[in-house]
Amino acid sequence: MLYSEKVMDHFRNPRNVGVIENADGVGEVGNTVCGDIMKIYLKIKDGIIEDVKFNTFGCGSAIASSSMATEMIKGKPVSEALELTNKAVAEALDGLPAHKLHCSVLAEQAVKKAVKDYYDKNGIAYDPELFKEEEVHCH
Amino acid sequence: MEKRIIYADNAATTKLSGTALEAMMPYLKEEYGNPSSLYAFGQKAKEGLESARLEVAKAIGCEPREIYFTSGGSESDNQALTSLAASGAKKGKKHIISSAFEHHAVLHTLKRLKREGFEITLLPVHEDGLVRTAELEEAIRPDTAFVTIMYANNEIGTIQPIKEIGKICRAHGVPFHTDAVQAVGHLPIDVAAENIDMLSLSAHKFHGPKGTGALYCRKTLPLIPFIEGGAQERSKRAGTENMAGIAGMAAALKESLENLVEKQKRIRTLRDKLIAGLKTIPHSRLNGDSTQRLPGNVNMCFEGIEGESLLLFLDDEGIMASSGSACTSGSLDPSHVLLAIGVPHEVAHGSLRLTLSEEISAEDVDYMVRKVSEVVGRLRDMSPVWRDLQEGKREYVIR
Repeated sequence: MLYSEKVMDHFRNPRNVGVIENADGVGEVGNTVCGDIMKIYLKIKDGIIEDVKFNTFGCGSAIASSSMATEMIKGKPVSEALELTNKAVAEALDGLPAHKLHCSVLAEQAVKKAVKDYYDKNGIAYDPELFKEEEVHCH
Repeated sequence: MEKRIIYADNAATTKLSGTALEAMMPYLKEEYGNPSSLYAFGQKAKEGLESARLEVAKAIGCEPREIYFTSGGSESDNQALTSLAASGAKKGKKHIISSAFEHHAVLHTLKRLKREGFEITLLPVHEDGLVRTAELEEAIRPDTAFVTIMYANNEIGTIQPIKEIGKICRAHGVPFHTDAVQAVGHLPIDVAAENIDMLSLSAHKFHGPKGTGALYCRKTLPLIPFIEGGAQERSKRAGTENMAGIAGMAAALKESLENLVEKQKRIRTLRDKLIAGLKTIPHSRLNGDSTQRLPGNVNMCFEGIEGESLLLFLDDEGIMASSGSACTSGSLDPSHVLLAIGVPHEVAHGSLRLTLSEEISAEDVDYMVRKVSEVVGRLRDMSPVWRDLQEGKREYVIR
């Protein structure tokens, strides 16, 4: 099999699919040319991620990575969500094929972008270095 | 609706026919003699080899000595192009004409020839997936070594105007090779009437065994051996013959051409029913011409979704299909075929190829329409692209 059982489980039964109206933070990464787009919505209260939803256009591992990333940050302090790495997402999925690792990178970036959006909207100061966008190449 | 198991990826490979298997068995069991051996036991195998050659030759309208058995379509393509390039170069001709959406066995060989100093013209295949004969004629130059254009495309199934292409090439004295891997066994082919000088075919695309194919090469054209060694295949392809494979291929080919017209008609009807059903999904399109296409080929794009996830969900529903999605290939670039016919990147990712065989029923088609609609709906529900399209934040590519 191309994917681990964990990936297939999150692909078949993705957690936290949907949209949060008037979300406190929204992050969208990827593009249609590469074939993956992830959008993450955050509901934040007292610095805690109360709710998180995602929408993803992409392959099986993109959907599974989004699902896993949302599960990993739900109920956690925002500061912890910022520490989420693509490696942690991939590991939690029992690994991804090498050419699919960029899906976990996208998941990490989408979470960070949503947090940055939350900071920006609420005038919360942050170190811009935290959000330096790494480029994801599609070729 | 009860779950079905439907193999709808017959362009990738087909099920071995019982007739082919039966023809193979003697060579896997008692008839293990080497066709090159002098004693009667070996000569019996030799007879089997030659009767298979006759069968394959009859199927495409050439002489038996113009058939060379190979390991399959890719080897045939490689040997044909390399040989044609070498004879062209001898005469100072270093220009090659092909099409933009050939199989990689052709495209990658052309790439190598380009590095070796050949100039390549790739004819456009237009939105309908068909080359224009006028554009071919314009592209032919005094230094054109050969033309290679596939008979039918492996992804979108479009059938090229081969007879006209052959006529033009003949009129200009340019050798013409066609990769007919998807066409042989599915369409009537006559290399003499169609002025084809070289043709590649592969057994497992018409219910024969894998690892076996043939190259037809007009007797007036020189072939360069790819595998050096013994004198098998008139010294053009060394190595003890794959007797079981060759016998299986000949039997499968003969069988596939029996009642071809009726079989084609039946599959074409199912194909069109499937296309009509899938087209009821909003913002979907058929890729490639609707009539000049292989009887069993359906290739659609669905806006707002990605092909790999579509395939995975369909697999859960018992439907085995394929996609031109980048994610299925590992390259992250969507199908060069879809891009060649002008499908934009964002939609090319959401393609689905269903290729039918004689085993598919009308009920299977209904099942596929229903399941594809469901899965496309499920994926669109979680697609941010689809949401943007629906909210008018992004323009539909497929209206």
